[in-house]
Amino acid sequence: MKKAFPILAVLTAILLSYALYLALVWAPTEQTMGNVQRIFYYHVPSAWTAFILFFINFVASLVYLIKRRPAADIIALVTAEVGVVFCTVVLITGPIWARPVWGIWWTWDMRLTSTLVLWLIYVSYLFLRRFSSGGQTPLLAAALAVLGALCVPFVYFSIWFFRTQHPQPVMGGGGSIDPRMLHVLLINWLAFSCFAFLVCWARYRLEKLQRDVDEAHAMESLLNPRGSVR
Amino acid sequence: MTPPSGITRVTLLKDLRLEWRSKDAINSMLFFSLLVVVVFSFSFDPSAEESRQIAGGLVWVAFLFAAVVALNQTWAREIRNQVLDAYRVSPAPANALFMAKTLGNFIFVSVLEALMTPLFIVFYRLRALGPSWPLLLVAALGTWALVVNGTFFAAMSLRTRSREIMLPLLLFPISIPALLAMVQATTAILNGEGARFWIVLLATYDLVFTTVCLLLFETILNAE
Amino acid sequence: MTAPAPVIIVSNLIKQFGRFAALRGVTAEFSGGKIFAILGDNGAGKTTLLRTLAGLSQPSSGEVKIFGAKKFCDVCQQVGYMAHPSLLYDEMSGMENLAYFARLYGITDIEYCAEVIRAVGLDPGLVRPVGQYSQGMRQRMSLARALLNDPKLLLLDEPFSNVDLHSATEMVRLLAGTRDQGKTIFIVTHQASLLEGAADEFVWMEYGKIVERTRDLKRLEAAR
Repeated sequence: MKKAFPILAVLTAILLSYALYLALVWAPTEQTMGNVQRIFYYHVPSAWTAFILFFINFVASLVYLIKRRPAADIIALVTAEVGVVFCTVVLITGPIWARPVWGIWWTWDMRLTSTLVLWLIYVSYLFLRRFSSGGQTPLLAAALAVLGALCVPFVYFSIWFFRTQHPQPVMGGGGSIDPRMLHVLLINWLAFSCFAFLVCWARYRLEKLQRDVDEAHAMESLLNPRGSVR
Repeated sequence: MTPPSGITRVTLLKDLRLEWRSKDAINSMLFFSLLVVVVFSFSFDPSAEESRQIAGGLVWVAFLFAAVVALNQTWAREIRNQVLDAYRVSPAPANALFMAKTLGNFIFVSVLEALMTPLFIVFYRLRALGPSWPLLLVAALGTWALVVNGTFFAAMSLRTRSREIMLPLLLFPISIPALLAMVQATTAILNGEGARFWIVLLATYDLVFTTVCLLLFETILNAE
Repeated sequence: MTAPAPVIIVSNLIKQFGRFAALRGVTAEFSGGKIFAILGDNGAGKTTLLRTLAGLSQPSSGEVKIFGAKKFCDVCQQVGYMAHPSLLYDEMSGMENLAYFARLYGITDIEYCAEVIRAVGLDPGLVRPVGQYSQGMRQRMSLARALLNDPKLLLLDEPFSNVDLHSATEMVRLLAGTRDQGKTIFIVTHQASLLEGAADEFVWMEYGKIVERTRDLKRLEAAR
């Protein structure tokens, strides 16, 4: 397993550079928006990746609530962390694109708003993990993750109804897309997903190591006749 | 054995009695939402015709802030002298306690709403353009949405450091859809429009979150 | 003559708080109908052991069996728990407190609650809220709460702290009487001398372990 990591890292790096080449050079320039449209190849794959990570977080939290496996808790933690990072990328690249195209940095449009709310929910999850101490953190976090995930359909449904009378975003509004653009988009998505998986893996190993160290300290204090290692 | 509903009833009565003696929650809630009303009135012209458009939002944001005060109070009472441990070692089911706390908070926040609404009407010169009775339904469903999640998250933040800060951090993001529904429904009704979609959404939200909170509460209560 | 079956079996109990281990492998058996005095310095894990026995704290590993049951909720009807804090609502009178907690155990008989209060030497007619009781009265009321469900096993954490000598002696006499009815009693305390003559066994804890169990307090105190 440990050997697979550098191999995967190299492969991901190659894939990412290829995706970068495709996005910046190979993909056709959009007629009305020009080169700024190319940010779309980062924006959309980041969003999809974040959604997948949040979904994994939900499943891992459910597994933890039922089976109480520490591994499920670590998976929930790392997917939430990495998911928040990708979601942040979405929220930053969105306005960068919107400013030249729509003429405004931000609009309370359905997608933007719901992504922002999603981001808020998972940031509050990370806050809870930070502020609760001791052995109960995984349980509390898992409960919050389940409630947060259940909230997501409500967020989308309510904001969709709230904002239907407002202008729809230009992208993905059912319009046709150049097949070459779609190709670039999918390759980028693949590269981003591999990258996210890689980061999660590294973070998983780090967290596992940290917990093993804590465990070892606790074991040491168990064996030490004076009870404390401090 | 006392059935769970009986435990809920005696616990609720006990909470009401404690609140009646100290009046901590209701007084601080009332004063707090009064402050919100006054502070809001400085940020725009409260008597303008446009205020009607935002009145729904205003009312609910004031109640949301005030509810947080009450929600923190309910569990603070159980933490003093660690009384909660006495409940935990007893055979009484955890969910009976959760329902009692939620119902108690529902009553507190409803009383607050009943007292504050006339003040809002006077200060902001509100007058409904359509029939206003559906507002009662919206208020009931919306208040339940706030208190059911709020009671759950307040119990959750008991197990964290700086719990009073933790509650709004956890409660607000998840309450956004409910809050949006409440605000939209209220504004729609005040402007004489239909609010069916929002009421259905709110009812579904209440149902889903009440069920899940009941499923998870025992785990949270015993997390130590 | 065979030895009576142990009431409590604790095997390799470990409780960790992060890097700190409060219990470091406690293994012991305790037989019924006795008073056990749990002694030890601050931080020896006495309270953690008691809370784990009461099902309030989940052990990191290891197992507790009370009356043969692994899950505390299966036997909680038969266990009484008194913590260092009073586990009572300060704003209510002693009688109101007991009436509420009795309901949690399915007891509705008010006269019975009054009897329990009289048994610990207090007046059930006292209308003062518990918050205005003296420390000694509050401890006794707290003991009454623990005795409410007529438990076969009593877990008491520092029942005599801040109690005057006279009241403490009274309490010990009461506990010895309960023991003679066949109950098992665990008492975590710093005031071992109060229990000399009453306790059947002294259990000395050090750094999260039980290091000595003896009937002879004098020898134990000499050794430590």
